[in-house]
Amino acid sequence: MPQKVIVQTTINGEEKTFLCEPRQSLLEVLREDLGLTGTKEGCSNGNCGACSVQLDGVLVDSCLVLAVETEGKKVSTIEGLATPSQLHPLQQKFLEHAALQCGICTPGFIIAAKSLLEKNPRPTEHEVRYWLAGNLCRCTGYDKIVRAVLDAAETMEAKA
Amino acid sequence: MAEATATYKVIGTRPVRPDGSDKVTGRAIYGGDMRLTGMLYGKVLRSPHAHARIVSIDTSKAEALPGVRAVMTAQDIPEPEDRMAAAGEVAVNLKYLCQNVMARQKALYKGHAVAAVAATSVHIAEEALGLIEVDYEVLPPVMNVLDAIQDDAPKLHEELMAMDMGQKTDKVSNAVNHFQFKMGDLAAGFAAADVVIEREFNTGTVHQGYIEPHNATVLWNEDGHVHVWTSTQGSFVIQKQTAEILGIPVSQVTVTPCEIGGGFGGKIPVYLEPLAAVLSKKSGRPVKIIMTRIEEFEGTGPTPASHIRVKMGVTNDGRIVAAEADLKYEAGAFPGSPVTAGAMCIFAPYTIPNMQVDGYDVVVNKPKTQAYRAPGASNAAFASETVIDELAERIGMDPLEIRSLNGTKEGERRVDGPTFPRVGFLETVHAALEHEHYATPLSGPNRGRGVASGFWFNVGFQSSVVINVNSDGTVNLVEGSADIGGTRASIAMQAAEKLGIPYEDVKPMVASTDGIGYTDVTGGSRTTFATGYAAHDAALDVIEQMKGRAARRWDSEETPIGPEDVDYADGVFQCKKDAEKTLTFKEVAATLARTGGPLTGRATVQPRGVGGAFATHVVDVEVDPDTGKVSILRYTATQDVGTAIHPSYVEGQIQGGVVQGIGWALNEEFVYNDDGNMANASFLDYRMPTSLDLPMIETVLVEVPNPGHPYGVRGVGEVPIVPPPAAVANAISRATGKRMTDLPMSPGYILDKIHNGA
Repeated sequence: MPQKVIVQTTINGEEKTFLCEPRQSLLEVLREDLGLTGTKEGCSNGNCGACSVQLDGVLVDSCLVLAVETEGKKVSTIEGLATPSQLHPLQQKFLEHAALQCGICTPGFIIAAKSLLEKNPRPTEHEVRYWLAGNLCRCTGYDKIVRAVLDAAETMEAKA
Repeated sequence: MAEATATYKVIGTRPVRPDGSDKVTGRAIYGGDMRLTGMLYGKVLRSPHAHARIVSIDTSKAEALPGVRAVMTAQDIPEPEDRMAAAGEVAVNLKYLCQNVMARQKALYKGHAVAAVAATSVHIAEEALGLIEVDYEVLPPVMNVLDAIQDDAPKLHEELMAMDMGQKTDKVSNAVNHFQFKMGDLAAGFAAADVVIEREFNTGTVHQGYIEPHNATVLWNEDGHVHVWTSTQGSFVIQKQTAEILGIPVSQVTVTPCEIGGGFGGKIPVYLEPLAAVLSKKSGRPVKIIMTRIEEFEGTGPTPASHIRVKMGVTNDGRIVAAEADLKYEAGAFPGSPVTAGAMCIFAPYTIPNMQVDGYDVVVNKPKTQAYRAPGASNAAFASETVIDELAERIGMDPLEIRSLNGTKEGERRVDGPTFPRVGFLETVHAALEHEHYATPLSGPNRGRGVASGFWFNVGFQSSVVINVNSDGTVNLVEGSADIGGTRASIAMQAAEKLGIPYEDVKPMVASTDGIGYTDVTGGSRTTFATGYAAHDAALDVIEQMKGRAARRWDSEETPIGPEDVDYADGVFQCKKDAEKTLTFKEVAATLARTGGPLTGRATVQPRGVGGAFATHVVDVEVDPDTGKVSILRYTATQDVGTAIHPSYVEGQIQGGVVQGIGWALNEEFVYNDDGNMANASFLDYRMPTSLDLPMIETVLVEVPNPGHPYGVRGVGEVPIVPPPAAVANAISRATGKRMTDLPMSPGYILDKIHNGA
């Protein structure tokens, strides 16, 4: 078995040190070793976006990142979005718009949409569709997802 | 029976789903998220050949690898019996079910499981697969129906005698079954036609494409009990199939359904559960197996490729007088394609006096096909609905008008026999005709508008619901239907409506096979219909019992009051003998302990009044004449939904089905090389629609209540995938002047049609 490596990182604002094999993806370590199973595995080759997380604020597929690459970096996952008393506006709008059916792609979509709104707080429908094209949803046909993201953008801007 | 004229308090509203918070925060536990103490990770070795005899398997080197705790082959599964086993939407032959789970003498498709390993890490399990030595005698593969039905084609099942019109023949053939439906006089019908069009169609193999891969976590306990945690459309099907394959009683298997990340028909059969069970028994540890995406494409059920011939005749005034079809569907490696369903649906939207439909079930060296959203109907509608479009064009009639003129209605017969109850097909056509989309002219070069309709019969099957009344006036609703798209909400809403309490006061849960009565799969568009029906009836049972509790509060020697003296409406029990005496649902619930103890309502149903579903779609496309790329400009789907319990989730079913249909129309296809290997087994190369490929999908919910359900519910989930391939094809035809006969209509195909096609 390969020698394990110590990795020091920050996950959802908390400092986290873990041991992993160099061949393990960030996705595998999050899910199997750290118990953060909100990040989902759909294809493990970067085509479905279900495993989307932010690495130092950049949207990445965690299946394409080696866990050792997160040394000294900040990882944001779906588990870090809501406050103890309140869902993130994107989470709330996904519920109100019925933007999820099975829900397996939802964490990835919410992380991807959060990443978009951080760069572009008031995207057009086309910009939302362009940005979310790296995330596959097989249930909804995307209609309600796009509406939820546009509505969340409006809500977040009104609050800001 | 439907309370059609009633005004509802809960039905028709759009509340947040009960499982919503868990699903947007990542807390919901899907099958792949399972983790048990001491759990091992399993991996499956799969055949690299599409057709091969397995000469020998040597697992000794894999067993010797440190960290490996168990290795299995088909020899570890009991020899299966050649008999039908009720399992899922249709009965399946146990022998084929078992052989599909793990190959015995022959591997019948690339990706067919041949061995499995359990190890302390997934990486060690993967390494161990490379150490298993399998000696194959490679055989020539048969990769499509037209090759497979040739007399000299290699035979997949050398012992299987073909069936013809319900009789066993003495012939071994890959065309394992042929049947025919007919009514009227076909020759006379065509003789009466002014225009007759006959065309042949080919459709490719497509996958359900759910984002969550198959998974199973199984513990074979020392006491002999097998516990399965999995993502499945039907926990009782997994229980039954697992027990049958392992040769143990169903009562020895418990299935706990985890949250499920999409199914669309593909998560009904077992694949991994029996393997994980055997590995668990051998290792004494729980074993989890999750498929990779490649395994999904190569080892799980796609929906079939098909070859279809359709011939239809129409009079100059638009009457369709004759229709004939031959449907040849790929079953995959084992018998059982959805060709029968395709044959039932192909001409169902129309009243045609003379019809004949022949169906052929053909085995080929591809994964065993499984259900995919209205299985078989989209292939069939692609053929029939494009021919109808061409007939309309030839006689100069609007394509919706010809559907309106010939559309079926209550009392008319389907080619396979049944007579329609109240159905809303014509209403969907009229809704499309009257829609602003259809009234708005489409202008611009290389653009075209297409329409198509579709039918799916839906199913009823069996469901159980238990409702427990809590002391605070809320209720817990226990059901057995996997919630793939918001059915906890749609079922709770029907219970709340009947109980006269707020939606939020009904707390639904999906129980394990030990926790609720038998319930069939979430499939066949049945869950909101049948499990909702059971919820309605269980709520009725609660109300009747609570009348007795209210009566007990009011009963006295002077004025004896029994349950029959109590009315219930709008959440309030009222004494018929004294209108001043009232108790709310909450008040009666609060005193259950002193009026007779806990109160539980229950219902089991097997509803017969299934309401068939019709849809009519309108789509505008633009074809790039240089690249052949087709863009969807606008899409409107009208559908008879019966009663929309939760309109947002009904819209979502329609939008999702439409987009799967667009993918099927334009991009999706298994590409095989000559050896029978799939060349595009990834989401990069098997291209499903992304958000960027699509406009918003407009929906029109036409509500023609189903008389067979207390709230008029029809199934809504499947029919939306039936019209899209034909609607898109008709739009492309109008844009290019060329008739589309193949799916998918990918850029290369379109360019070829533009430059060389008819």
